Amino acid sequence: MYPTTPPPAAAPLLEEEGKTLRAMTGFRYIGAKRRAKEHPRFVSGRGRFVADIALPGMKHVALVASPHASARIVSIDTSAALAAPGVLYVLTGEEFCANTDSLMIGVDAPKVTRWALARGVVRYAGEWVAAVVADSRALAEDAAERIEVEYEPLPHVIESEAALAPGAPLVHPAHGSNALYHRKFVWGPVEEAFANAGHRIAFRAVWSRSATVPIETFGVAAQWDAGTGILDIWASIQMPKFPDQAARALRLPGNAVRVHYDVDVGGSYGVKRGLKHAVLVGYLAKKLGVPVRLIEDRLENLRGGDMQGPDRFFDMQVAFDADGAIRAMKIRAVDDVGAYAGRSPFQLGKPVTAICGPYAIGAIEYEPTSVMTHKTPQEAVRGFGQSPTNFAIERAIDRVARHLGMDSIELRKKNFIRRDQFPYTIPSGSTYDSGDYHAVLDETLAAIGYASLVRARDEARSSGRLAGIGISSCLEPSGGNSAFEVLMNPKNENTTWMDSCLVRVDLSGSVTGVINNSSAGQGHESLVSTVLGEILEPILSPRSPPTARSAAAWRSCWGVPPQAPRKRSRKR
Amino acid sequence: MKAAPFEYARAASLSEVCALLATHGDGAKLLAGGQSLVPMMAMRLVRPAWLVDINEIPELKFIAVEKDMARTGACTRQCVVERDPALAARVPLLRQALAWVGHVQTRNRGTIGGSLVHADPCAELPLVAQVLGARMLLRSGSGTRTLEAEKFFSGPMATSARSDECLEEIHWPAWSWRHTGSAFTEISVRHGDFAMVAAAAQIAIDGDGRCVRAAFGLGGAGGTPLAFPKIAARLVGTRLDDAVVNDAAHSAAIETEPGSDLHASAEYRRHLAGVLAARALCEARERARSR
Amino acid sequence: MSGTLHEISIEVNGKLRKAQVPARLSLVDWLREDLCLTGTHIGCEHGVCGACSVMLDGEPVRSCLMYAVQANGHRVATVEGLAKPDGSMSVLQDSFCETHGLQCGYCTPGMLIASQALLNSNPNPTEAQIRDAIGGNLCRCTGYQQIVEAVQLAAKPAAFPLLG
Repeated sequence: MYPTTPPPAAAPLLEEEGKTLRAMTGFRYIGAKRRAKEHPRFVSGRGRFVADIALPGMKHVALVASPHASARIVSIDTSAALAAPGVLYVLTGEEFCANTDSLMIGVDAPKVTRWALARGVVRYAGEWVAAVVADSRALAEDAAERIEVEYEPLPHVIESEAALAPGAPLVHPAHGSNALYHRKFVWGPVEEAFANAGHRIAFRAVWSRSATVPIETFGVAAQWDAGTGILDIWASIQMPKFPDQAARALRLPGNAVRVHYDVDVGGSYGVKRGLKHAVLVGYLAKKLGVPVRLIEDRLENLRGGDMQGPDRFFDMQVAFDADGAIRAMKIRAVDDVGAYAGRSPFQLGKPVTAICGPYAIGAIEYEPTSVMTHKTPQEAVRGFGQSPTNFAIERAIDRVARHLGMDSIELRKKNFIRRDQFPYTIPSGSTYDSGDYHAVLDETLAAIGYASLVRARDEARSSGRLAGIGISSCLEPSGGNSAFEVLMNPKNENTTWMDSCLVRVDLSGSVTGVINNSSAGQGHESLVSTVLGEILEPILSPRSPPTARSAAAWRSCWGVPPQAPRKRSRKR
Repeated sequence: MKAAPFEYARAASLSEVCALLATHGDGAKLLAGGQSLVPMMAMRLVRPAWLVDINEIPELKFIAVEKDMARTGACTRQCVVERDPALAARVPLLRQALAWVGHVQTRNRGTIGGSLVHADPCAELPLVAQVLGARMLLRSGSGTRTLEAEKFFSGPMATSARSDECLEEIHWPAWSWRHTGSAFTEISVRHGDFAMVAAAAQIAIDGDGRCVRAAFGLGGAGGTPLAFPKIAARLVGTRLDDAVVNDAAHSAAIETEPGSDLHASAEYRRHLAGVLAARALCEARERARSR
Repeated sequence: MSGTLHEISIEVNGKLRKAQVPARLSLVDWLREDLCLTGTHIGCEHGVCGACSVMLDGEPVRSCLMYAVQANGHRVATVEGLAKPDGSMSVLQDSFCETHGLQCGYCTPGMLIASQALLNSNPNPTEAQIRDAIGGNLCRCTGYQQIVEAVQLAAKPAAFPLLG
């Protein structure tokens, strides 16, 4: 019933690898088994999550959400709510949308606008219609119940192919269709390969919508200081260009929004974008002159307070020879982003950088379509689009194997890019720097005792039970999720993911690394302090590794080495 | 998700409870463990004007094991019932069922009576009560009355208790044969959830291995927990071999009218009912034989 | 109606705390907002995630499913009360750090309460018993394996070499 503990062999292997890495690189700290700097505060209950932050005089927000997927808002009567005990203000879309700008969208679709509160129409069940500000969340909820909204339900579409069909109800009529983004990429001689290949298969792979449901829901607190003209924001976020976009929507200069990155984030896995919450709360804080906080409750979170995961189908076609060599692949990806889009369409762009997975496939056609429906919006859940694509590619491999009656492991090995072929440029133009996919697969099979698994499977099958072994070999392109933004929107002149690491050495020799990205459990502080310690310790003095506040990931690591030599010469 | 406002009274005695219920009638709800009621209040699905807290009434918290039955106070915590050795010896089905009920935290607050009054047809304790023919003692300002489980559970999430009544104690019949064995099993989406389908069985056999008494039932297969006394009676006198047991389980399953929902279709539930009833009966039989 | 306040007197982490609270104020909200003991977290407010677990009279309960008034006259212990008297980490807290039994840290206080309760009554639990004890606590980051290892380590520190 319970999964068994990992085989003891695994632990020594990692220890061995650590020693080997250190021997190869000469690193003392990087790669060594260490404790995380963050953990002592979490195990003692001293984490600093957004709901833990108390600002004097802080007020609380509760929301009214639409029960309809698509409806016209006929009227909103807020009078009873305004009269309720402890209520400071009630905000609807009429005022909010007139005084703030639409949230940004990554693709070129200027008529697809978005605000935290609906104005005129609602486009998904769960979309916010009004916000109440009161002395406590309980009082705000009491008042929210008294808001009367009259809706006129409209036709809705909640399935992507239906949304693309002529005559479908339009989620954003001004945009003219429900296709938010569409393009067809053809890399290499695709049609020729299909014409000449011995075999072809076609099928659909479906990746269903999910939600990451972090144990901590999204939350934001904001405070406006009229004296300095600065809006302070504390939020549970994982979002690039967050202060920039919040400032833009609030019609503030970019440097008037100060986001506090030292807020601990209780899990995100891609979804905690928080822009609509932050703009809403920022607007209220500025207007009312008091700190304002919104913490999603679990129902708001599940209905899409922040976001949900990819909702995609892939129509796959594969052309291959009788010996299993795959000549070409056609991938038509249709992604249901829901009623609004932020970065979600980019999830169709990231896979371009690893469109053939680990396989040497010479010709690929990739046709992504981002579709809008009357559903909760989608965001960049874990993997940012690569996982669904990997799923489709791996399904294709298994289907080719089954079609040929070939073992799927053998088929993979036949098509893997070979170790001697690296660096390898794939048809879409990106280059894989290194790899040894055959070795990885062989070591995996050895580590899991594949032969005995096969025996166990066959035994189960002969006793009438259904059993199977799943194999999947995937590439996960790491690094920037922004490199392909310009590929998907040539008007986007501003793709670089801005971040930096400021390294300070003070009079006592303590080193502080300052970066601008919250950690949702990735251990950024541990990472940055380890890297800084590795590089700076020999320069400063042999002492224990430095402290770090607010860590980020590999970006800061890349930033550190060029700085270090400069510091070194200054010290001398 | 904050509850709508309510007035609160912590009752110190059962008579105080009855007085409050008499005063406020339908406007009051009893608060025991709160593991089912408080979430509903947080979601504002339920908004009583008055909550009467019965957690601090000593006369509602006890276990008394007697010759033919065990008596439990309605507010006895599930974890206390689960750990009681005398109860485990005389009414083993309770401990076996409680292993499937929620998690450690919920059993530390949840009460025996609370689960029965909540009357979820997929819950474990109501099934045990139905199978054993437990008796509920209900107290009100006008006195006490006793209801057998069959009469107590009236529908999904509904009992025959009046709004001025408080469940006071439950009498669990205890069997006297030495070779008595029982079993509880269920299938749920996750361990600790309410059951998709649950089965409970109790068997007594004589020294020759013949069944002298049997009782079994199914949860999640109808609007209330279901017991099958007529089918169980057919097991008496047999040796309870697998064919006989499977036949009884199958007969019970085809009598059920389960519903369909997100987690399971009616057909699947009916299939589960037959499989689980047979498993529970076989396990109970083995335990009876090993005593 | 909502204005009625109730007097409560509750021992929290060994100190007697008195207050006047509305009936609908949950125990977790009272601990977090009124006592500023923000170590206990809210994850669902309907009793499924376990992030709000505290000890009530020594046993773990879901503090989102109790009103503060109900805890009147009782003892509550939160994650802040798990440290040793000198303020240093308990063996269990230390073990969580050693095995990396956490990532974002949000479920961690609840996990600690549930596992400390287990160790208090069963100093040598099996893996199945550990998984059962934390069965009422959800974690979205770790996959639970390293949490189980943390509890195993706390139960038998001699079996695992600590790197410190």
